[in-house]
Parts: sequence; C-alpha cells; structure tokens
Amino acid sequence: MPWFVRENKGIVTPTEFKRETPDGLWYQCPECKTVILTKAHRDNSYTCPSCNHHEQIGSAEYFDLLFDQNLFEELFMNLQSGDPLEFVDTKKYPDRLKASMAKTGMKDAVRVAAGNIEEKEVVIACMDFKFIGGSMGSVVGEKISRGIAEARKRGVPFIMISKSGGARMMEAGFSLMQMAKTSAQLALLSEAKLPYISILTDPTTGGVTASFAMLGDFNIAEPKALIGFAGPRVVRETIGKDLPEGFQSAEFVLEHGFLDTIVDRKELKQTVADLLRMVA
Amino acid sequence: MLDFEKPIIELDLKLADMKQFAVENNVDVTEAVKSLEEKISKLKKTTYQNLTRWQRVQLSRHPDRPYTLDYIQTICDKFVELHGDRGFGDDKAMVGGFGEIGDQSIMFIGQQKGRNTKQRQHRNFGMANPEGYRKALRLMKLAEKFNKPIVTLIDTPGAFPGIEAEERGQGEAIARNLKEMFMLKVPIICIVIGEGASGGALGIAIGDKVFMLENTWYSVISPESCSSILWRSWDYKEQAAEALKLTAKDMQKFGLVDDIIKEPLGGAHTDPLGTAKKIKKTIIDTLDELNKIQPEERILQRIEKFSSMGIVVEN
Ligand SMILES: [Zn+2]
Repeated sequence: MPWFVRENKGIVTPTEFKRETPDGLWYQCPECKTVILTKAHRDNSYTCPSCNHHEQIGSAEYFDLLFDQNLFEELFMNLQSGDPLEFVDTKKYPDRLKASMAKTGMKDAVRVAAGNIEEKEVVIACMDFKFIGGSMGSVVGEKISRGIAEARKRGVPFIMISKSGGARMMEAGFSLMQMAKTSAQLALLSEAKLPYISILTDPTTGGVTASFAMLGDFNIAEPKALIGFAGPRVVRETIGKDLPEGFQSAEFVLEHGFLDTIVDRKELKQTVADLLRMVA
Repeated sequence: MLDFEKPIIELDLKLADMKQFAVENNVDVTEAVKSLEEKISKLKKTTYQNLTRWQRVQLSRHPDRPYTLDYIQTICDKFVELHGDRGFGDDKAMVGGFGEIGDQSIMFIGQQKGRNTKQRQHRNFGMANPEGYRKALRLMKLAEKFNKPIVTLIDTPGAFPGIEAEERGQGEAIARNLKEMFMLKVPIICIVIGEGASGGALGIAIGDKVFMLENTWYSVISPESCSSILWRSWDYKEQAAEALKLTAKDMQKFGLVDDIIKEPLGGAHTDPLGTAKKIKKTIIDTLDELNKIQPEERILQRIEKFSSMGIVVEN
C-alpha cells in the first residue's frame, strides 16, 4: 500500500502536527488535578485514569487512535481558505487565517484521510477545534464533501469526527451553504447503502450539529461532550434563567433520543470496528 | 416607520394637505403639486437606490411587510392549511398546506411571523421549533407522494434557541430536512421573502431554484449577533451587515441564490398586491421550466448546484 504514510516517523507531509505536549512531560487533569506522565495519558487515549475526563484532542490524535498502526493516506491536503467576502471585523480574515495556520501548523479546521480500521478500509474526516474554533467555512465543507464522495467512490464506510463551534462567520453565506453541501453528499452515500458513523466530541454545536453531525446511521458521542444546536449562552439569554444541570451534555442528548450510544474513548475504535463489521 | 422612510412620508403628508387645501379653498395648486411630486419621486429614488445593507435588513423586518400567509392567500385561488408534525404538535411558526393556482396544485410551506404583540407571540416571532421542521418535511413528503411541486417561503430570524427545542432535537430536525430535500422527486422553489437567518432558514431552503426578494437578507448569522460575537458589542450591526454581504444582490453575485425578485420602490409593504403578483409569476414561470426536466436529472442538478458553493484555494 504505497499511499500510506507513517505519521509517527515524520515521513508524512508538510502539515505534520505537533502533539499537545512533547513526550516526557507531565499532564495534569483539569478536572481532578491528577498528574500523570504525558505518555501514560496518551496510552490511556488522552483520558484521565482517575476521573475519566476526556481531554480535547485533534485529528492527529484521533487518526492515531483509530487507524491501524496509525497508517493513513491524507486526502485533499492542498485546500485552503480564500477570502470571498474580503471580511473585516476587528481583524482581517486573511490575518486570522495566517495566525491560526502559524499557531496550529494546519491549513484549516478539518483533515480527511483513508486507511484501515481492523483491516477494513474507511475514510475519516476529523475536525480540529484549535483552528478558529473548528468553525465551518468553505474548506471544511469542501473537504468533508470530497471525503464522503471519496468513500462512495471506494465503496467504503465514512466516519466523521465533529468538534466545532459551528459556522465560520467570516465566510457568511458561503459558510451556511456548507451545511447543504455536506448533507447532499450524505444523501448520496445513503443511496449507495454505505455506512456513515458520526462521532460527536466536545464541543459539537451550531451548523455542524444541524447538518452532518446528526445524520449518522450511528450517532456516537464521547462522555460529557457538549452537543447542541444553539450554544448554551444563546439559550440562557433566550430563556433568561440558568440552564438545568447537564443540559446539552452527551448524556442529555442520548436521553432525548438523538444518539445511539456514548462510548468511552478507550473503547471507541472497538465499537466502530464492531458496528462496521455487523453492517458489512 | 423606519428612519429613512420618515422624510418621504412627511412629504407625502404635505402633498395630501396641499391637495386638500386646494379643494377646500378652490385654488389652483397644479404647479406646486407637480413640483412636490417630482421632489418626492426624486427623494424616493435617491433613498431606495442607495440603501445600505443595514437599511435593507430594516426593510426585510418592516412591521407592515407581507408575511407568508399574506402571500399564499393572495397568490392561490384556494388554500387548505395543513397542521401538525404527527409526532409532537403543531408549530405555529411554520405553516403549510396545499394551494391552487389555476389547475396547478402546489404545496406551500413557510415560516410565519405575527403582526401584533399577541400574534407575534402566537407565531413565536417566526422562530420554528423542531416540530416545525418535521411538519415541513411531512408536508414535503406528502407533496412528493402526490407528485405536486413545493414552494417554500423563508422568513425567520432563526430556529428557536430554547431548552425544549434542544430537548426535541433542533439540530437533528434541520439536518434531516437538508438531507431529505435533496432527494425529493418533485420540483422545489424557495423564496426568501423577509429574513433568512442561518440554519433555521436553510432548513426549508434546499431548492432547484432559490430566489430572494430584493429587500431581504440571507446569511449564516444576523448582523446583531455577528456584532456581539466578533465585536463583543451590539453596537456594530451596521458594520456587521456590510461585512456579511447578506443582501439579495450580494448572494446572487456569489452564486448562493439563483435570482432576485424585484420589489416596488419603497419595499414590498408599499404594494403588497403588486409584490404578490410578481412572486406568482415567478412561481408559474419557474415551474414551467423545472417541469421540463426529468426528476432524476433535477435531483442531480440540485445536488450539483449546492455542491459547487464555496470558495477554496488549491495549491
Ligand atoms: Zn481527572
């Protein structure tokens, strides 16, 4: 399989990612303050061994967790955002993009790759919250759409890992239409009877929730992830009082019938592999 | 009355006074009337041909602006409203039903706003809950079953962001509509008649042809909310409206909507009947065009159109 690249050894791509922290350092859990070695934390799928807090992680970590031997072919790597509206708020949009690219080493808020899960080929798209809050602009919509089309072309399942604050305001109308575009591709994937697994991670809100994230044949969330359409701040302002405990948590969304299951990240790969096997 | 309408309305009143004075006192004011009328016409032109984006947003929310049911009742010879999502309830912010224009039956669906305080509350300010989107989808499937075209009229400040809306799956309801609308075998025409705010608008706006009335807006967020998030203050709505490029003209230029339906100078509310007639003609002409295409081809074109939306740089 010559198109596979091994990310760990750095043969990959110009956009290789730095891990959150280099090896050998300590990780402190923000919830229970437990301190463990970064490597131990990583080996525990970036979850806390004492309180099970699921740390927010990005595409590099999810690809590592899901793809067999962390081997994958990254797709559509050369796409980056334009500035169709010449958008300026307190900053120019291209300046925001440049700053985000420099900070993260990424070109935008999603990466798409093909590889194997338990020896079964899949296409995975994974969002990166670090890049302008995982917001969905044209690049995010286009890469996800192409990823779905690629899964259809290869006749393999599609897996989407969502982590997003929603729309990218700096692309206004273009951003909105990405919801339509990705949903169109998912409709075609459904017609082709190919499985679509949507994995909702902390946080998944706004236009992402109101399009591909909620459209899985299987909607799977990580424990305690914030999942909703309107952000909690907006809901609080609308009703003018405090929100009930656990509102918009994965557990709340499951209880109301919009998730198939909540899966501990340490079991995520196994659950995905099981489901894919059962529908194959 | 909007601030930029005020000078025009004042001159209109002056003109009326002048005419009445002439009648009552039997004097000839022909010349003065003519000159005032010219002044008014000039002022209207300079005002309405140079509207800022924010002023268009204001017109789209004008309290006298015709709403969904106003248009449906004017356009159709007959209309039977259909209620409920068959699962939870009947959302008053989303209306729909079969209408007849001549011998053509059409499924009409749209968000509905209210005109006075009581009605506004009854209609939840045109902000639908999940059951509204599910009702819309139920009616669309009904239209498909009987092979009737669908016309949606979009006018919403957004899907309702409340606790119960979240409990009942606002995100899922909108998402499902997006996906299902792409696969409907009947023609779909979407027309933004007022406000087209974000996912709440898009949830009924996947069409073969998407139109905007001239003084409407359509974007991913309202100028006020955009201002509050990006400028961290509610005071930058005018700048936000400019930055978002949310008018009909902008959206057509970007290829995000297909065409613009002209409004009378001064806005749809100054001539509701005339505006309804234009909408009716647009619907009839567009249906003629869409009916010539085979359903499978229409679906492919619908998918193709939305799939081409977005600006990316490949390097
Ligand atoms: Zn902990």
